[in-house]
Amino acid sequence: MDHTSTLEQVIRGVLITCVLVFFLFPIFWIVLMSFQTNETILRIPPSIVFEPTLSNYSALITGRLESAAGNLDIAFMKNLWNSFFLSASSVLIALVLGIPAAYAFARFRFRLGEDIAFTLLSFRFAPPLLVLLPLSLYFKQLGLTNTYIGLIWVYQLICLPLILWIVRGYFEDISPDIEHAYRISGNSWLKTFWKIAVPLAKPGIAAAGLLAFIFAWNNFVFALILASADKQPVTVGALAFVTASGIQYGQIAAAIVLSIAPTLALALYAQRYLVEGLSLGAVKG
Amino acid sequence: MRRALPYLLSLPALLVCIGILIPFFTAVYYSLLRFRLNLPAMKGFIWFDNYINFLSDAAFWNTVKISLVYAGLTVGVELLLGLGIALLLQKPTRFNNIASILLLLPLMTAPALAALMWKLMTNPNFGILSYFVSLLGFHDFKWASDPSTALFTVTLVDVWVYTPFIMILLLAGLRSLPKAPFEAAALDGVPRSFVFFRITLPMLLPYIITASLFRLLDSIQQFDIVYSMTQGGPGDRLMVFQVQSYLEFFQYTNVGRSAALLIVLWAITYLLSNIFIKQWLKLRERAHGGA
Repeated sequence: MDHTSTLEQVIRGVLITCVLVFFLFPIFWIVLMSFQTNETILRIPPSIVFEPTLSNYSALITGRLESAAGNLDIAFMKNLWNSFFLSASSVLIALVLGIPAAYAFARFRFRLGEDIAFTLLSFRFAPPLLVLLPLSLYFKQLGLTNTYIGLIWVYQLICLPLILWIVRGYFEDISPDIEHAYRISGNSWLKTFWKIAVPLAKPGIAAAGLLAFIFAWNNFVFALILASADKQPVTVGALAFVTASGIQYGQIAAAIVLSIAPTLALALYAQRYLVEGLSLGAVKG
Repeated sequence: MRRALPYLLSLPALLVCIGILIPFFTAVYYSLLRFRLNLPAMKGFIWFDNYINFLSDAAFWNTVKISLVYAGLTVGVELLLGLGIALLLQKPTRFNNIASILLLLPLMTAPALAALMWKLMTNPNFGILSYFVSLLGFHDFKWASDPSTALFTVTLVDVWVYTPFIMILLLAGLRSLPKAPFEAAALDGVPRSFVFFRITLPMLLPYIITASLFRLLDSIQQFDIVYSMTQGGPGDRLMVFQVQSYLEFFQYTNVGRSAALLIVLWAITYLLSNIFIKQWLKLRERAHGGA
């Protein structure tokens, strides 16, 4: 369809601009807010001209908020660290456990493998609270409530199925012939897996790991139920932060910016894998 | 050893399955109990009384209604918008590709944090959106805190976060369609509306169904956005399934009722997900087989 008229191109351009404005404006506006004091935020009419200040960020980083109501200690950086620590260690463990399992699912046809794959897939769509609420009572009995170990354990429910499904698809796409040839020349199974299969599936592993990290980071309900303030990630911590008294709006905005920046940066970096990962590999891009 | 290998390797996955199934069956069991954390002495097996009580419970039917309306509304709007945007960005030009990547950003924002962003923007004192609507003459627009506009506001946030999901799946679908039918239609001078309704749409249908079912399954159990925005309020205006069962559990400590609510929700998603998984496997087969 190369005979598109100029008028049509103009209309398309206008529509795409509207779409971009709707989807990007909120991020843009929150970033602007994060560099403002309450005074400029509360101006009417609002304006994008203001003298930028870093005071919101420095207050968050030092953990001391000075306001008219007095000084306030907040642990936002702790939340940020929790998010990072929980997501990174969950993904790492899920990769170590998930890649061999994905390989087994792809290479060996066995009943248990199909059953596991199907159970994980059908629970992908079960309400998370259905599992979390009973788990919260078990965790209390086991002493796992509000521990990193307990949280990393339940984060496997997000990370492991994702890694299994994506990496399995990649292993399936690799011809087993190369591995057979390597095996025949006298190498062990383990060496074949490590030297041949894993390097070939590397893009898939990277994609799955990045996506699992983003999903773990963005998760809200797991930590809402199983963690208290000192172990909470930013998604939960920010909510409590908003309702705390004496906090300036610019500081809330700065906290949101710091909380979403890592996943947005990762998403831009890994965008070509996102489509496939998001659809559990339903649509090969 | 050789025979045991696949079982050994899938052990962690098996453990995760067990880790899911044990709480799941515990929840099924709880749903058959009279079980309040604050009244441990009353605990007892009551068969299906929790479920039977739902039938005459207005709050339960409100939850069912709100959840279905929420899911239908959000997915409907997201589908139309997502399809529209995918069609706009169909040509793989450099500009279109950059635009489609930028549109992924809302999707990668944690929904709970997205809700906070919109809360700041709809704040009655300084929210930029409150200012915009006041320019249009709505001076007392209360967004999520007014029962008559709460659903609209939360839908807006959901649409902002999840439209890119549908858009990106449909865009991948559109770009993978075979070229031949379109070239033939262009040669024959077939009108564009005819091409769209008789060629594009039918060929895209499997992708549309997959994307909508996927979203429908998530949307009917939306928690993050609704909880962060309004905690189910104002009143019980946005009391969707998972928010209701969360409050039932932690605020009213009624474990039995909370579990029964979740089982009802699970039954709905189970039916939907069986349809979805069949559809998805078909599409996956095609994507793999066709390549």
